[in-house]
Amino acid sequence: MKNNAAEPIIAFRGVDFSYNGELVLENISIEIDRNDFVAILGPNGAGKTTLIKLLLGFLKPGKGTISILGQRPAKARKAIGYVPQYSIFDKDYPIHVIDIVKMNTLTANSLFPSYKKEVTVKAFSLLQKLEIQNLAYRNFHELSGGQKQRALIARALINEPEILLLDEPTASVDATMEKDIYDTLKMLNESTTILLITHDVGFVSAYVNKICCLNRFASMHSVEELTGKSLFDIYSESSKFLQHHCNL
Amino acid sequence: MNELITSIATYTFLQNAIIAGILASIVCGITGTFVVVKKITFISGGIAHAVLGGVGIAYYLEMPPIIGAFVFAILSAIIIGLVKLKANQHENTVISALWAMGMAVGVIFMYLTPGYSADLLSYLFGNILMVSSTNLYILAGLNVFIILIVLILYRQFVAITYDEEQARLRGLPVNFLYILLLCIIALTIVVLIQIVGIILVIALLSLPAAIAGLYTRTLHAMIFSAIGLGMVLTLSGIAISFSANIPTGATIIILCGLVYLIAINLTRFIYKKKAL
Repeated sequence: MKNNAAEPIIAFRGVDFSYNGELVLENISIEIDRNDFVAILGPNGAGKTTLIKLLLGFLKPGKGTISILGQRPAKARKAIGYVPQYSIFDKDYPIHVIDIVKMNTLTANSLFPSYKKEVTVKAFSLLQKLEIQNLAYRNFHELSGGQKQRALIARALINEPEILLLDEPTASVDATMEKDIYDTLKMLNESTTILLITHDVGFVSAYVNKICCLNRFASMHSVEELTGKSLFDIYSESSKFLQHHCNL
Repeated sequence: MNELITSIATYTFLQNAIIAGILASIVCGITGTFVVVKKITFISGGIAHAVLGGVGIAYYLEMPPIIGAFVFAILSAIIIGLVKLKANQHENTVISALWAMGMAVGVIFMYLTPGYSADLLSYLFGNILMVSSTNLYILAGLNVFIILIVLILYRQFVAITYDEEQARLRGLPVNFLYILLLCIIALTIVVLIQIVGIILVIALLSLPAAIAGLYTRTLHAMIFSAIGLGMVLTLSGIAISFSANIPTGATIIILCGLVYLIAINLTRFIYKKKAL
């Protein structure tokens, strides 16, 4: 893809979006650079879901432009690995974890029931990377929240995306699991730009390098001023900082 | 039992009934599984009932009723599919309206058709013992067609029924696949109506798959399981109804319902035991 390393990987320029005449996002101008680890924080109703839909190209901005790797979002879909909340999945659907991962390699030309052997191998190695290979042939809904999250991250990674976009990855998981997920993301951040959306201040500020506060308007903050302190300090100070800046 | 076996050997209509039962179980297991996991029994009910309109018009035009059923099933599948995809609200209202209007059209055209049509009842409640050899060929043809389509597009159907959003992100033709799936449901319904009739068809479509879903862990296991269950239930229903001289369609449905209720409670019991 035509993208200069110095150019931002994702750029919002003066984006407005409204539902039925009500402005949900107003004049959003943010830039995300390659290998950033960004948390988009905002209370419920701040426009987080709308922002995801704009990034995935399911919605078009009313005003302004969004460019991902220099392209329109709908064109850049292949570069994004999207990790939705696992609660959207039907718990009655009989499906193995590894099949969910493999499913993300389908194209309109994928005919007949079986996957190529290399797809299975790749899916398995991703589950290994995320340390859930022993769950490959378990039913997805039998997994714990944290394990489901890992399975969905593996699913997103099978296409080797340049950007990983996660919707509330730590919703309804406990604190240990939350830290686990962030550690995993930190590891993935070495080769991938990570964008996660959350309303939970939690540990996130100890892991990311940028925080974007969203509440109809968006403002980007660097967390650099908080470095050089212990995890506990970062956690408590950044929480206050965020609560103050993002009106959480 | 011996009497039943001698009868099967003697009467063509019984042989036809058994073949029809087996053919129905196969498509029922395949399509029913998708209906159950995608939770679209109401939509399927709408398609099934709208079919009566086609049957009525076919009678009026002195055409084979199965042709009318076929045309209306496909038409209502496409209309309901489009409504579901385009209209976010009032979807259930529109489906209910189509459901009732289809039946109303059927009733009017049957009234307008000169002479009494005894077949109306067999379309509403099915009559597996009246399945003609010609119909068997149509059923077999529909079977082959449905099996082929599902085999070719299996992974795509799994993708759109499991995670529609992700399927869209992958660039799968989600809308087309969804309407195609509804058309396959429509064709299955045309097959099943021969056995149990319009009113009971949803039970036969969804119950074997729902029972299979209680203990299977993958979709293909659920499909094969539902096919096997469907065969056992349909053939037992034929045997019981023949021996007791009661309507076949209703017997099959009561069997399905009973087994489902028992299975659901059994599963609960087993899980409870596991949890202890």
